[in-house]
Amino acid sequence: MRLTSLFLGTFCAAVCSAMPGWAGAADERVTDFTLSNGMEVVVIEDHRAPVAMHMVWYRSGSADEPVGQSGVAHFLEHLLFKGTDTLAPGELSATVARNGGQDNAFTSYDYTAYYQRVAADRLDLMMKMEADRMRNARLSDEDIVTERQVILEERAQRTDNNPRALFGEQMNAAQYMNHRYGVPIIGWRHEMETLDREDALSFYQTHYSPNNAILIVAGDVTPDAVKALAEKHYGPIAANPELPPRLRSEEPPQTAERRLIYRDARVAQPSVSRSYLAAERDAGAQETAAALTVLAEILGGGQTSVLSEKLQFETQTAIYTGAFYSGVSMDDTTFDFVVVPAEGISLEAAEAALDKVIAEFLTTGVDGAQLERIKMQIRAADIYARDDVERAANRYGRALTTGLTVADVQAWPEILQAVTADDVMAAARDVLDRRRSVTGWLMAEEVSQ
Amino acid sequence: MIRVLWAAVAAVLLAAPLRAEIAIQELMSPGGVQVWLVEEHSIPFTALEIRFQGGGSLDLAGKRGATNLMVGLLEEGAGALDARGFTTAKEELAAEFSYDIGDDAVSISARFLTENRAASVELLRQSLVEPRFDADAIERVRAQVLTGLRQDEKDPRALASRAFDTMAFGDHPYATSFQGTLDSVAGLTREDLVVAHQGALARDRLYVSAVGDITAAEVTALVDTLFAALPATGAPLPEAITPNFPGGVKVTDFDTPQSVVLFGQPGLDRDDPDFFAAFVLDHILGGGGFESRLMQEVREKRGLTYGVYSYLADRDSAFWWGGSLNSQNERAAEAIDVIRAEWLKMRDAGVSDAELSDAKTYLTGAYPLRFDGNGPIAAILVGMQMQGLPTSYVTERNAKVDAVTKEDVARVAKRLMDPEALTFVVVGRPAGI
Repeated sequence: MRLTSLFLGTFCAAVCSAMPGWAGAADERVTDFTLSNGMEVVVIEDHRAPVAMHMVWYRSGSADEPVGQSGVAHFLEHLLFKGTDTLAPGELSATVARNGGQDNAFTSYDYTAYYQRVAADRLDLMMKMEADRMRNARLSDEDIVTERQVILEERAQRTDNNPRALFGEQMNAAQYMNHRYGVPIIGWRHEMETLDREDALSFYQTHYSPNNAILIVAGDVTPDAVKALAEKHYGPIAANPELPPRLRSEEPPQTAERRLIYRDARVAQPSVSRSYLAAERDAGAQETAAALTVLAEILGGGQTSVLSEKLQFETQTAIYTGAFYSGVSMDDTTFDFVVVPAEGISLEAAEAALDKVIAEFLTTGVDGAQLERIKMQIRAADIYARDDVERAANRYGRALTTGLTVADVQAWPEILQAVTADDVMAAARDVLDRRRSVTGWLMAEEVSQ
Repeated sequence: MIRVLWAAVAAVLLAAPLRAEIAIQELMSPGGVQVWLVEEHSIPFTALEIRFQGGGSLDLAGKRGATNLMVGLLEEGAGALDARGFTTAKEELAAEFSYDIGDDAVSISARFLTENRAASVELLRQSLVEPRFDADAIERVRAQVLTGLRQDEKDPRALASRAFDTMAFGDHPYATSFQGTLDSVAGLTREDLVVAHQGALARDRLYVSAVGDITAAEVTALVDTLFAALPATGAPLPEAITPNFPGGVKVTDFDTPQSVVLFGQPGLDRDDPDFFAAFVLDHILGGGGFESRLMQEVREKRGLTYGVYSYLADRDSAFWWGGSLNSQNERAAEAIDVIRAEWLKMRDAGVSDAELSDAKTYLTGAYPLRFDGNGPIAAILVGMQMQGLPTSYVTERNAKVDAVTKEDVARVAKRLMDPEALTFVVVGRPAGI
């Protein structure tokens, strides 16, 4: 039995999907090309059902926002359902629904994506509307006011009503002193309250253009047909020659351990979290990230992980332990731990136990049999992944908006398979340095005497 | 195979001659286990869905949470393997088993590679038939359950569910959490778990479907291997209950910025002749996406919530019409007023031709989109079996949606929608309520 769902919220700021550990099938179903205006296109074929997933991903997310306008990327995402020169507010979604389809959008630090899931023969109409939305959105002042209330309600639901999410915000803010990953995707409430039409339009005009977008179509489609439709609908949109480079303020080297305590009366179960700044997957250089991916599984991937073994089985120190790493990120990401102590164990003791396990691991090294089992699961993940073409579409979207290429995505399973015990230990020694860490205690309010 | 199924559904949409050629095989194993199969040999794995009807509602008096704790322990040691041994074996096979429980069923979802099928099935069999319930495992999982229960006591959504269930379901098991209480879970013994296991995992309440790289002969042998040693009969299923909806608004004070609002009123049974009309009505009211009336009025026009939804609940022991939203404390009262107004408006005026037509094209078009992978198809098939639907339902279902008329919707709205009974349960500090 696992408690993952209870505690993942600690790490996920506003928008966070469960990451498959290592899926990334290298297979022949994927075709990619670029339109003359710079729009990249990826086609993933699966002809088992006559369904298509049509997605447009923009290489812009909350980490690309101007100072003082946190949440504007996500706010704009909401506003882009409000109509264009030719579509009334809500008409795009209503049209998708009338065609038996479903649509939505999501925003993260590094990307914003819009999608429709629909019968494959409706692709032409979907592209027509999505291409329209890339340049022709119309925002009324009334829409701004109402939708700002909606995103504030969304923040209340996701974050303000959830002490673990509030704690996660503080952890991120402490981890990223200079980089925008320290600011929540949904935005700080006081800045969200001031977002206006000009802020949204400015972000839109700066970032929404074909040369900053990736089209992904997955399902019962052929590359030739997708190409013809993409050239018809997206092809005529001019590239934006003014598209700015993705310049972000980088994190300085961390030279001091950081600690925080978050107290909230709504916390029923205290926990300790630890994060370390860690390298992300880079184009052509994914080896370190692969080693860290395997390391997270070894240390805290479940029942047979080192932390579980030491803190849940050999001793009853914790009722839940976990280690997390996702390398899909433009800039430096984090390697995270959480320990939920057993009754009667203090956070101080739980933290000490975590550090002891890490220190021992750095001495004893990797269990070869465990590494072999992980490799087996990586191989199987490629087979299971073939059953879910939409997940594959998301995988490519996240990768291509964070600086990776199609070739990187396809090389990933082999790079994971090639990870050795030595690679894992080298990555562990490099990352797991307490001087470059943030430790947070999530606690209930102190009881006054 | 999936394509054939879609083709049949599409035929309904286009009003073309219906070809009842659907690829679901209804099989009976030599040992007497019924299983539905869709063969899909293009990917070398199988998705298997197993349901045991009853679930958390089978708990004996004073043993609330026993079935839940039992299910949590199925993967914590079985046969010759302790908890870690079991997980290690599963990892070596790259098999994936998930064990879940609700008020009405214990659910097991499994995926395994063709190359490891026999060993994976044997491991799964051990967890279902020979769970060990080791003392250390019981304590470990019990501590996890207790933590979840303590968190629920400070989680507004969980508190709202509890308040709603207490109000609606009287002394029926639905009135309390199948996870039990801090006291009841603390008191559970190994013997209670053994009894819960015998009562819940029995062949008289078993439903199975498989989709993937497996043949009819193989899957019938597989289900006999898996289930032959389970008891023939299990614990008695709970009685049906008519939920209580007294009307009004019930507030539970909890210090958090956003109120969680659940609402409900009487619903109707899936067997009711008006079910499809009510289903379409609910879709137009609040069951759909952005286009639903509640979403338009509460979110799109007024910005009072991030999302508001309604649903027709058709559970084994009860049916009702429910819904939910979150709204910040100072705005929740207005959101509730808007929902009430929409309830009245729908009851008195029904729906427009355009709304009905849009709902039908959405519902009939979206239905085949659900059949988009081995796992999802297996889950749909096992759900159909539990509802007593024939395999032909997948080809007939859209025609039932299309047959709904505006008059049907108006009639069911008048018959069902009851603003007096419509009851709101609120957890938070809503202003002005």
